[in-house]
Amino acid sequence: MTGFLSALPGAASQGLIWGVMAIGVYITYKILDIADLTVDGSFCTGGAVFVMLFSSGVNVWLAMLAALLAGMLAGLVTGLLHTVCGIPAILAGILTQLGLYSVNMAIMDMKASVALPITQADTLDKLLVSLRFVQGPKAGYPAWRHPIVVVGLFTAVLIAILYWYFGTELGASLRATGSNPNMARAQGIDTDLAKVLGLILSNGMVALSGALLCQYNGANDINVGRGAIVIGLAAVIIGEVLFSKVFINFALKLLAVSIGAIIYYVVITAVLKLGNLNANYLKLLTALVVAVFLTIPYWKGKYFSKPVNPAKKEEGSHA
Amino acid sequence: MLDVQNIRKTFNPGTVNEKAALRGVSLTLNDGDFVTVIGGNGAGKSTLLNAVAGVWPVDSGTISIGGVDVTRLPEHKRAKYIGRVFQDPMMGTAATMQIEENMALAARRGQARTLRPGITRDERDHYREMLKILDLGLEDRLTSKVGLLSGGQRQALTLLMAALRKPDLLLLDEHTAALDPKTAAKVLDATERIVQKDHLTTLMITHNMKDAIVHGNRLIMMYEGRIALDISGEDKKKLTVEDLLARFGQATGSDEADDKLLLG
Repeated sequence: MTGFLSALPGAASQGLIWGVMAIGVYITYKILDIADLTVDGSFCTGGAVFVMLFSSGVNVWLAMLAALLAGMLAGLVTGLLHTVCGIPAILAGILTQLGLYSVNMAIMDMKASVALPITQADTLDKLLVSLRFVQGPKAGYPAWRHPIVVVGLFTAVLIAILYWYFGTELGASLRATGSNPNMARAQGIDTDLAKVLGLILSNGMVALSGALLCQYNGANDINVGRGAIVIGLAAVIIGEVLFSKVFINFALKLLAVSIGAIIYYVVITAVLKLGNLNANYLKLLTALVVAVFLTIPYWKGKYFSKPVNPAKKEEGSHA
Repeated sequence: MLDVQNIRKTFNPGTVNEKAALRGVSLTLNDGDFVTVIGGNGAGKSTLLNAVAGVWPVDSGTISIGGVDVTRLPEHKRAKYIGRVFQDPMMGTAATMQIEENMALAARRGQARTLRPGITRDERDHYREMLKILDLGLEDRLTSKVGLLSGGQRQALTLLMAALRKPDLLLLDEHTAALDPKTAAKVLDATERIVQKDHLTTLMITHNMKDAIVHGNRLIMMYEGRIALDISGEDKKKLTVEDLLARFGQATGSDEADDKLLLG
């Protein structure tokens, strides 16, 4: 139990970082109605670009910006494969994801894992987040540098930007494209352009998340993004199941996704620590959780469709 | 306003499902014309409307609207000139967006979408006024999701949105067919008022011969991918259903008109 409690701040921190990716997944899966599998590749791309640039002395913010742009480029490729080449969205994402494995390896100098030089105190000090900052003041790190604070602020700023963007003409055209492409085209919206923009935006967020996780872990691994899409979906679904009744506003819906990611990580940590489970079972566990959560609403509609007003029906049958 | 010259369209060419849907249709609409289109199933009514709207490219022929050749323009670019209402009430609006957001999308038809606000305060007041025309109580529900509205309400909203930018051409594809008779009459009534108010050039498909006769200043009847009848002016005003069936029989040499038209 103490193991779990002491792991909580770290789990919440990681959840917040993955939450940034999950918000990216929300843009494609929920707003555009596309299951974009590019994510598994572009997440690692973000970390790869960051680790190489930062290690060579580039400013942390510039390295993050480069990671963002690299992710956006990956999204652009998927978008063009889908709209210009007419490849179904899921397959387009898989193709990009597969290709990105080689690209990511190339970025990381053909090494499967590259570490940040965090043993040097001045290098560590330049990072936005790190596993080490979780320990807080008692280990000599200021409380405001705690990942929950830093990534929390980061997420708040991102949500604010997205809230503004989806309120603009361009953002509204994206929402319309996901909601009803026929209507969107009839209202003069270039639905292909909207899809490409959405994929660019989404994968930019995903790569940013990858860059943050790379800092947190102090290294980037070629397999870091494997299954990321499923974690993203888990966060989106958990957020929706728990908060869809309360959070109506768009910004709050994005917040719900971020909270969903935190809950996911806390639950996973609980299972690992309390159940003493080998960490390699994590992927199976995640897949099961997402499968169950996707099944429930379907079965609910199929087998348990309830009458509009059961009480009234009762009265009617007596009459 | 609309000039269609000899357009042809064959679906699934070279397969067993080959269907020549449009076999050389030419049609010229003058400014302010309100043309009703009738014809049996598979006569090519909807295909004609979709060809004009640019849902897919035609095989041959040209289409121009207000003097602009739009034959090669994709659907979303033609939307600048065209307002549309579909047969399916679900098709013309975005269900997960608010009423006012849907209207704001329509208000920007034909303009570049930028990073300006998707909707402004002034627009809201304007939309509230416009919704009052429909007399459906929607003016008090600006921020309701469109998915919560009934089919008739959605269709009326789509109509308002189609006319919002005063399009060069209004295309109505059996837009009352999926509604109950009472709602259908209400939507048709709103259609008449909106078309009259802005003198919109309109092409309206209907399966109801009476509606086709009562509304508009011109009536065309399609048969097997061609225009079989074109009645306008005084001729149209005096028209009756029996007249129409007789003239259709004469024009096509077919006596299947009765069933096909009445059932279609």
